[in-house]
Amino acid sequence: MAQANSKEPKNIQKRFFLGVLLIPFLALLTALVAGAVVMLAFGDDPILAYQGLFQGAFGSGRAWSVTIRKMIPFILTGLSVAVAFKAGLFNIGASGQFVMGSVCSVAIGIHFEGLPMIIHLPLAILSGMLGGMIWGAIPGLLKVTTGAHEVIVTIMMNYLASLFAGWTVYAGGTQGQTPGPLWDRTARAISETPDVFESAQIPWLFGPPYRVHYGVFLALIAVFIVWWLIYKTTIGFEIRTVGQNPKAARYAGIRVEKTVVLTMGLAGALAGLAGTIETLGLNHKFAPEFGGQVGFDGITVALLGQTHPFGVVIASFLFGALDAGAAKMQFESGVAADIIQVIQALVLAFVAAPLIIKALFRLRSGGDDGHATKLNTSWGGS
Amino acid sequence: MTFWSRTARISVCLALLMMIMAILVEITPLGENPWMRVFFGVSALNFTLRAAIPLVLGALSGILCERSGIINIGIEGMMLAGAFAGFVAKSSTNDWPLYASLLFSVLVALGVGGLMGLLHGLFSIRFRMDQIISGTVIIILAAGLSSYLYDRDAISAGKFTPIPIPLLSEIPVIGPVLFNNAPITYVALVLVFVVHVAIFHTRWGLRTRAVGEHPRAADTEGINVNRQRYVNTMLGGMLAGLAGGFLVLEAVGQFQEGMTAGRGFISLAAMIFGNWTPFGALGAATLFGYTQALQNEFLLAGVTTIPRQFVSMLPYIVTIVAVSGLVGRVRPPAAVGNPYDTEGSK
Repeated sequence: MAQANSKEPKNIQKRFFLGVLLIPFLALLTALVAGAVVMLAFGDDPILAYQGLFQGAFGSGRAWSVTIRKMIPFILTGLSVAVAFKAGLFNIGASGQFVMGSVCSVAIGIHFEGLPMIIHLPLAILSGMLGGMIWGAIPGLLKVTTGAHEVIVTIMMNYLASLFAGWTVYAGGTQGQTPGPLWDRTARAISETPDVFESAQIPWLFGPPYRVHYGVFLALIAVFIVWWLIYKTTIGFEIRTVGQNPKAARYAGIRVEKTVVLTMGLAGALAGLAGTIETLGLNHKFAPEFGGQVGFDGITVALLGQTHPFGVVIASFLFGALDAGAAKMQFESGVAADIIQVIQALVLAFVAAPLIIKALFRLRSGGDDGHATKLNTSWGGS
Repeated sequence: MTFWSRTARISVCLALLMMIMAILVEITPLGENPWMRVFFGVSALNFTLRAAIPLVLGALSGILCERSGIINIGIEGMMLAGAFAGFVAKSSTNDWPLYASLLFSVLVALGVGGLMGLLHGLFSIRFRMDQIISGTVIIILAAGLSSYLYDRDAISAGKFTPIPIPLLSEIPVIGPVLFNNAPITYVALVLVFVVHVAIFHTRWGLRTRAVGEHPRAADTEGINVNRQRYVNTMLGGMLAGLAGGFLVLEAVGQFQEGMTAGRGFISLAAMIFGNWTPFGALGAATLFGYTQALQNEFLLAGVTTIPRQFVSMLPYIVTIVAVSGLVGRVRPPAAVGNPYDTEGSK
């Protein structure tokens, strides 16, 4: 570290180049190669697989529209995790907040028939964001009041969210259990909500066969607002200071507790918005199988995007493409789509440990050798 | 002193209370009340132990890693990897004699768990990756690989069956609960003692704790900090792998995608709740196991019309309450989470 600092001025540009552009790119490349090795080792054809993947993601106008639509939840959950990272917090709870966002937006969407869209849709969106915000703020509150580590609490909140959501659409039990409040009576034994009214649906951007809705603009607006909030406002400065050094932040008069709760609430609202947009734009209803993996993907996206809002957009584009192409890949080459998850894990590993990439490609160290991202890695007991 | 930590004391009292209640339910008219059977029936206690075993092993895994200064959030992934490896080994040796095949599968689960531990060690020691992120990578990698490689047609024939211990298993209530179990359960309970003795009464344990509390001082004393950490993460990985092996080879008898279902995370909570001590972790794991048993018994007995989702929330809520209710009363190893560098400033 010491030697690197002595040639600081020359290094700033190089560091930007290395850290922000080259390393993520090489990480992706290495992960794709490693994924190919895994496929080869288990008797699959990686070239056929990657061809199918590429076609599924970019092969046609419709493929492009799916790729762009799939970016939306990645952008928002990625932002959610990235915002928390900025304050040194690890939000593994994005998937629970996503589910709560879905449920709360549906709750508004399936009621209030006849409300004009200009009121109904924003109301449903706000309700979803509020649901996610509450679900995110609870771990923040517990952290500052009792010292409970947010990693454990957010994971538990994920399970609670999916159970709670499962109950809202519960079709009732054989022992006299009453059905959940959002359950669709016409669906009989199937646990799902009715469709939301058209006045609460996010409209499609183009007609069929294109599959992308106006939610993409909501996501991009959220990116811009988060960027502005983090880098241009006092609150953002406080969040970043708490993330870099909570003790110094406290000495500087920043109310660390307030900042932690606020950040977790904001992170929750973003993940909640992700669920809201998926629900109102695409699914138009909620069923227990909607949700799932996207919260964990948010972690990878945030790290791949170097926890910067614009980086998150680029990383989401990549993940959207991987996701959109996965089905086509499985169809064309017979390679199980689960390999995508392996590749994503490898991308995360290589981005989070630049030393591996530097060693592989014999890059000379450009400054920061340590962590790509440093969290508050103590259990917060004391 | 450490043996009688606060949590251990509380859990021993609770366990005794449970046993007394269970005996009363078994031999007095108290057992005619369905609620009493739900809370204190032998089947509830049996289920408790079965649910607690993977949690105990996971928590021991966490203790081994964290006592040496490495956060292990990847227990969930190591467990899943162990479960999957055990399943693959079992399903490809179905034509061997049952016990040979099962033992081989346990060894494979241990080995693959150890490899995952080594990977975690490499990431966080050699490549200085943030340990929480490294754990996350382990989790995603294990989930992805096990789904990708899972052959849905494979079956694993047979699993470990209970071996009653002569005489002891004849004792009413206590016998069937504690002394009529399958091998990995006995091994896990013995491991609690072993890890306790190893950490607090051996030179290896002293070194582990030194490395986890003050690596600079340990280094000055001539202990190879990173080597110690590698060894501990690998051992931890093996225990998590054994927990996975338990799920496939003893509890369920099959592999299901994502079958660990959050047990690795609950293990972490048990480790914290137990204040990083093996007996504390045993107590906490038993408590969590009991909440899962209650959930099960409630549904089976049909004593309530509360929707099952709320009953299922119990273990998670208890976990949150447990980690929240312990401010200042638990203390993690001081150097946990910090990579050690011989030239660093720490």
